[in-house]
Formats: sequence, C-alpha cells, structure tokens
Amino acid sequence: MVEKGQISIGTEERVLMCGNEALAEAAILAGCDAYFGYPITPQNEIPAYMSRRMPEEGRVFVQSESELAAINMVFGASATGKRAMTSSSSPGISLMQEGMSFLAGAELPAVVVNVMRGGPGLGNIAPSQSDYFQATRGGGHGDYRTIVFGPSSVQEMADCISLAFELADKYLMTAMILADGFLGQMMEPVVLKKRPSVELPPKDWALTGAKDREQNIVRSLWLGEGVLEDLNFKLDDKYKQIQKNEVLCEEYEVDDAEIVVVAYGVAARIVSGAVTRAREEGIKVGWIRPITLWPFPTEQISKAADEFRLFLTVEMSTGQMVEDVKLAVAGKSPVVFYGRPGGGVPTVEEILDKIRQLTLGAKT
Amino acid sequence: MKTVFKRTPTLKDCPTHYCPGCGHGIAHRLIAEVIDELGIRGSTIGIAPVGCAVLEYDYIDVDMIEVAHGRAPAVATGMKRTNPDKIIFSYQGDGDLASIGAGEILHAGHRGEQITVIFINNAVFGMTGGQMAPTTMADQITATTPKGRNVAEEGYPLCVSELLAVLPGVSYIERCALSTTPNIRKAKKALKHAFEQQRNKAPGLSLVELLSTCPTYWRMSPADATKWIDNEMTKVFPLGRLKG
Repeated sequence: MVEKGQISIGTEERVLMCGNEALAEAAILAGCDAYFGYPITPQNEIPAYMSRRMPEEGRVFVQSESELAAINMVFGASATGKRAMTSSSSPGISLMQEGMSFLAGAELPAVVVNVMRGGPGLGNIAPSQSDYFQATRGGGHGDYRTIVFGPSSVQEMADCISLAFELADKYLMTAMILADGFLGQMMEPVVLKKRPSVELPPKDWALTGAKDREQNIVRSLWLGEGVLEDLNFKLDDKYKQIQKNEVLCEEYEVDDAEIVVVAYGVAARIVSGAVTRAREEGIKVGWIRPITLWPFPTEQISKAADEFRLFLTVEMSTGQMVEDVKLAVAGKSPVVFYGRPGGGVPTVEEILDKIRQLTLGAKT
Repeated sequence: MKTVFKRTPTLKDCPTHYCPGCGHGIAHRLIAEVIDELGIRGSTIGIAPVGCAVLEYDYIDVDMIEVAHGRAPAVATGMKRTNPDKIIFSYQGDGDLASIGAGEILHAGHRGEQITVIFINNAVFGMTGGQMAPTTMADQITATTPKGRNVAEEGYPLCVSELLAVLPGVSYIERCALSTTPNIRKAKKALKHAFEQQRNKAPGLSLVELLSTCPTYWRMSPADATKWIDNEMTKVFPLGRLKG
C-alpha cells in the first residue's frame, strides 16, 4: 500500500482555502512567472486570486481576450524560458487545444489547469469528469501526450501544481491538472510549502535575444523528409520515460480485496467513504486511485488483476477512464462501470449499493 | 573599389524560397537593416507567421519563434509582459493578421501591448494557393473568387490599419508600399520608427502595414505587380501615417 498523500510537501502551517485558491497560491510558490487566463465558471477564483497576488510578487497577470489567446500567451512566455500557466474549464480547454498541440510540437513547458464542468457543449457548471479522454489522449491534433494529474483534495490541488511545473520543465511539455468544480470550490485545510528544488535541464533553447551567440529558434514545422517522423519518435521515447518514471497512485486494502474500486479525483473521495462502510459490513473491498491519469498506473492495476477480482470503475462520466482500466486488466478479471455524467455526483450510498450488488453477483 | 551596398549582417547569406518578384525578401532585408542600424539584434525576438514567411527565421538571424495562424500578437504579449526589456516583433500576412488573427491583433492593440507588428498586405492567401483574403480587392480573381470578389457577398477589402488606428492603445501606424525605390525607402523609415518606439518604451503598439506583391497569385509579371500596388491597391489602402 502506498501511503496516502504521498506527494504532500509538508505538514507545517494549515490554512483553510478553496481548491482553486490553494492551487493558485501553490503555483506562485512554485515560481510561476506569469498567469494568463479568460473567465469561465467554475474556476474563476484562480484568475481573481492571481490578479491580486501576481502583481504583489512583481509577476505577470494578464486577462486574455479568449482562451486561444491565453494559451498562446503561455506559449510566448514559456518560449523565453519563463514558468507560465493558464487555467480554464472544459469549453475553454477545448479552445486551448490548438496551443497545446503547438506546445507539444515545439517542446515547451507549460502548466494548464482544467477545472472540469459538465459537457458536451456549454453543458452546465456542475462538477464533472468528462474531459478525461481529451486530457489523457493529447487533446489537440498530432501525436502527443500531456502529463495529467487528477487531484482528489485541496492539498493535492496544491501539491500537484508544484510537481506539474517541475515535470513540465523536466520533460519540456504540458502538465495538466484535471480537477473538477467540486475540488475547485470546496474548502479544506491545506499546507502550502515549496517543493525541494531539484536540478532541471538548463533552458539554453530559450528565446532571450541572440546576444553573443547563434540564434535560437522555437518551431514545430518540419518539412524535410523524415524529420517530423524522427521528432515523433523522439517524443515517443520521452513519453515512454514518463510512463516508466512518473506514475503516481494510491491504494487502499487491495491485498485481500475481492472487489477493487478504481476512481480518481472527487469520485475517489466518495468511493473511499463507500469502501470504508463496505468493509464495516465485512465486504472484502479496496480501492486504487490514480493520481497521474497520464501516465496511467497500468502496472499497478495489472498487478492487482493478477489475482481474480472484480474491478469497479466509478467516474462522473459515462465511462472514460474505465477504458484504461480495461486495458490494464487485460481480460484477467471482469471490469464493471458505474458513472454519473452531466454534473451528477454519486453518493456514498449509491456506490455502496453497487459494491453490495457485485458481492451478490460474485456469489451466484 | 568603393562598396556602396552590402548585405546587412542580420540578413543571412542564403537564397530565399520566395517566388520571383515577391515582396517578402524586401521586407526581410529592411527589417534586418533596421535591427542592425539600431544595434538591437541581441535583444530582439521575432515571431514568424503561418504563411509564406513561416521560414523567416532561415533568413533573419535573430531569436525567433513560429506560432499558430493568427496568434502572433498573443504570443508577443506573453513574451513582452515577461521580458519588458526585449524588443518583440511579429511578422504577419493578411490571412494571418486580418482574418484568423483579427481578434488577437485587435486586443493586443486594445491592451496597448508594447510590441511592433509588421503587417504584410498582398491581398491574397499566398502559401495555400492564392485564395481570397479579407484584404482582397473588389472584383479581384482569386482561387476562391473565380468570378472576382463580389463585395455584396464577400465583403469589401478590410482596412485593418484604419480600424486599429482608433484604439488608444495603438501609438503608431503607418502604411507603406514595397513597390518603387522611394516607397521602399519610406517603408524602411517607418519600420525604423516602429522599432525605435518600442526601444524607447513609448507606450502602445506600433504597426507598419506593407503593401506587398504576390505576382504568382495575382497572375502578373513582377513589374506589373509593383505597378498594381501603386495604381490599384493604394486606392483602397492609401499610403501614409495613420497615427503617431
């Protein structure tokens, strides 16, 4: 079992904050030089907080004219070697996909926060987990990935964003926080602390003016025969390294479990409550909570599936992460799904009932 | 023998991929000369557009970035806000700036971003094969207006510089033409002024619109193309300083 809160960065002074504000302050602590964003619910606390705090720190805040502009401002700031971020919610993140593809092609670091709401279309402003596919499959055009974190507490909102800045710089790519309206809005005690500094590759590619050196060029257009193919293979190698080195997940009472519930984000919080209650009823059930959604904890789930167990995936969607769970389980055990889309949030009772049904099903 | 003209160092010593008679080569040289004359190569960052000039970094020897179609003013904003001491310029065609990037240039001007924009207006989309641009002239035949631009259905040529000139955040706008030698000399003066504005931290955005040739998609000889700028384009896009 992995210890809960394994990516926590300290336990000193606890403050009560909502997820969006904790994330914003943690980004400042992580050395974010510039924030660019456009208003959209349910993440408006982030730009509001940044508009006050960034100038206090002598850093940059710009309210952009659109999400398209916001992500391209991030692109520009990042190309000069600065740490830059944006945040939005589902429809706005769709607009940002063009820029995220260019960030991937140009190999620039960036941090993007998606506080998900219900979709498709304008959907609603209730919490949802329906952008999992978009986030974990790249999202924009071309052959690329982004690192995706699925925090499940206000503390993790803060912890994940500091790690996101670090990994974005380490691998020169976008790291995304995939939260939801619940996590953004709810208040919890949180400890805000700097991550210990690690050695990162120098940004000698940054555009700083070609003073006493040859010009630097940041580009994603490669017309020569085979050149882009080489770049795609290079990116793929990088993504494989990330899959090997950067997976984060948490497990609870999986060892003797007959049923394993897989959930992330706020859904995992509800699952945790249901599993505790089921254990009290004597049901042998545990859970696995991916913290990184890409790279996905495929190995951890596959290992759990080596013994015959029932896997239940719970999401606030009609079933997206469940496909990754099935890929990991690879037919070794049955995988069932329970989801509430369109802003629906499952209750502990609902999930508990589902677990009880599975127990009956397993016996018959 | 006395040297009366030579390549300026910031212009790379290589042939360009541009068509014979294209205005991009002239515009590149003028920018490189201005950068060298102002001595700002070491602090300048350029933004290449999507369009024929996407490979501009192969010709102008400064730090450069290639960005999505139309988004250069947003990218420039991100660069300038985080690097107020650097000189940031974008180089954008009429499809890039006046069509898909109309929102970005409007708002960069609206915010008064202290950047320099070089706007190449050749009245067509060049790289994609000569389609209608917002700046295409009335009745002009293009790949997507085979009977000529019908203003009743396709709109009149869009005068972006005039639109931007009304914004308080825009401090300097001038329209020049890469047609005759006197016009090219005026264009260089305008470019120099635009870069000086930024170097001197004059508040606001500076933009130079350059009427430029596209002989290939105008289906004209280079000589006729330069005449067409002076005789036809300047009627819709009058030359001169619009602001500042």
